[in-house]
Amino acid sequence: MTDLKTRLGLNVFKPLPAPHIRIRPGMERDPRLRAAVRACPSGLYEEGADGVFTLTIDGCLECGTCRIACGTEVLEWGYPEGGAGVQFRFG
Amino acid sequence: MERFDVIIVGAGLAGLAAAYTLAGEGVEVVVLERGDYPGAKNVSGGRLYLNPVRDLFPGLWDEAPLERAIVREGATLMARNRSFTFHYTGGELRNGKPQSCSILRSKFDRWFSGRAEERGAMILAKTLVTDLVRENGKVCGVVAGGDELRADVVIACDGVLSLLPEKAGLRAPGLSRDYAVGIKEVIRLEPGVISDRFTVGDGEGAAHLFAGDITRGLFGGGFLYTNRDSLSLGLVVSIGDMAKEAAAGDAPALFDAFKARPEVEPLIRGGQTVEYGAHVIPEGGYRALSGLCGDGLLVAGDSAGFALNLGFTVRGMEYALASGYYAAKTVIAARKAGRFDATVLAAYRQSLEESFVLKDFRTFKDTPRVLANPHLFGHYPELIGNLLRDLYTVPAGPKSPVFTTLRRHLTLSELWTMLLDVKEVAKI
Repeated sequence: MTDLKTRLGLNVFKPLPAPHIRIRPGMERDPRLRAAVRACPSGLYEEGADGVFTLTIDGCLECGTCRIACGTEVLEWGYPEGGAGVQFRFG
Repeated sequence: MERFDVIIVGAGLAGLAAAYTLAGEGVEVVVLERGDYPGAKNVSGGRLYLNPVRDLFPGLWDEAPLERAIVREGATLMARNRSFTFHYTGGELRNGKPQSCSILRSKFDRWFSGRAEERGAMILAKTLVTDLVRENGKVCGVVAGGDELRADVVIACDGVLSLLPEKAGLRAPGLSRDYAVGIKEVIRLEPGVISDRFTVGDGEGAAHLFAGDITRGLFGGGFLYTNRDSLSLGLVVSIGDMAKEAAAGDAPALFDAFKARPEVEPLIRGGQTVEYGAHVIPEGGYRALSGLCGDGLLVAGDSAGFALNLGFTVRGMEYALASGYYAAKTVIAARKAGRFDATVLAAYRQSLEESFVLKDFRTFKDTPRVLANPHLFGHYPELIGNLLRDLYTVPAGPKSPVFTTLRRHLTLSELWTMLLDVKEVAKI
C-alpha cells in the first residue's frame, strides 16, 4: 500500500502563495470538521488529542469535499489564485 | 476594462462546448480558466457517452483524443469475503461508431480548447474569477485577478461547487447528501497488457463498475476504465454518508482497501500509479439542480448539477457538453433580440427541457433516492454471495438439494423485503 504522501507526490503542485482554505477563527473545535477528517481524499485534516482540528493545505486537490462536508460557517473556502495549486496531467 | 460579447468561466467541457459553439458563429468570447492550461483542474471518472452529443459538434470527434472505445461492460457486486461478477458485450458496442469512450480530461480538454481557439475563442489560463460584476441587478461581467472584465452575458461553468451561481443567488450552498467524492488513480500499463487483460482488441476498451462492501454500506461504488496506456481506477462515496458514519473509516483508506481487493488487485498488477486525483460529483439529480439562468447569467455543466448516477451508467460529461452547447445557442438567439435579461435567457431552460438533458433528469428524478437504499450496498451483495457460495460448495458429505439451498437464503421475510425494494426500483 502506497503511503498517501508518496502518492500525492506523484502529482504536479505549483506553490500556493497563501492557504486558500482556512478553518474560521474560533471554529477549530467545531465537530463538523470531523467529516472533513474522514472525507478529505488527501487526509489534510487532523483532530488533535486536545480536540483541536488542524488543516495542512499542501497536497490539496481542490476537490471541494470539505466545503460540502463541513459548510462555510466552519471553513473559509476559496480556490487558489490562477496558476497555483494542483495541475493535473491526466485528470 | 476589457469588453467581450460573452465571458465563460471555466474551461471544462461545458465552458469549452459553449466557447466552441459561440466562436463558430463569430461571437467574441473569452474563457477564463484558473488552471495552468485547460484541463489542469479537471478530473472525471473518464467515460464519455458519445451518442447524445455526437451531432451537436459535427466534425469534432474524428481527431479527438479519445482513449479507447468501450466494447465490454462489467460489474462486480462485492460482499465482504466474496463477490459476483458479470460481463456484457454486444455487436452494437463493437461495430460502427462507438457508444462510449474512455477519456483523460487533461488531455481531452486541452485539445478541445485548441479547437475552440482555432475558431476564434480566446482562452485565458491562470486566471481565477473571484466575483461577478453587477449593474442594476444584472450580471455584466466578472472580477478576475483584481481586474473587471465586461460582457453582455456570463456563462458560469465554474464546476461542481457552483460558487458563482451561489454568489448570484441562484442557489444555496450544496447539501452534503447531494454530493459524492470520487478518488481516482491513473495507473500506467502497457497497451498490449491492457488489451489482453481485459480481452479487447486494439483501440477497444472495457468499463467495470463495483458496488457493495467496498463502501462499507455507504452510498457509492468503484469504477475502472481502460485508457490507451493506463487504467483509471476510482472509488466514489457519498459525502453525506461519510459525514454521518464514523465506522466506515476515512476515504483514502477505503480507496486503498478497494485497490487491495482480490477482485481488483490482479487487474492493476504491474501498473504504475502516475497521478492521484479527486473530484466532487453532484448526485442529487433533478431536485438538486441549480437555478439555470438570471439576468445576464447562464449556468452549465457540473455548476448546474448536471450529473446523473443510474447505477449501471454514471453520466456527467455529455450533460456538460450539451448544456454548454444549448447555453451558447441561447446567447446567439439573445444577441439577435439584443436583450440578455432572465426572461430572454429562460429559453435556455426550454431548450434543455426539449433535449435529452432535462428529459433524462425528469425521467430519473427518483433515482438518487432509490439508489440510496443501503440494502444495495450491504445486504444484497452478501445475500447473493452466500447463495452462490452454497451452490458452488461441494461438502465432504452429501450436498443439499438446490431448492433447499435457495430456500435457506430466500426466506419469506427476505422475499418480502425484496418485493418492497423492487417496487421502489420500479420507479426508476
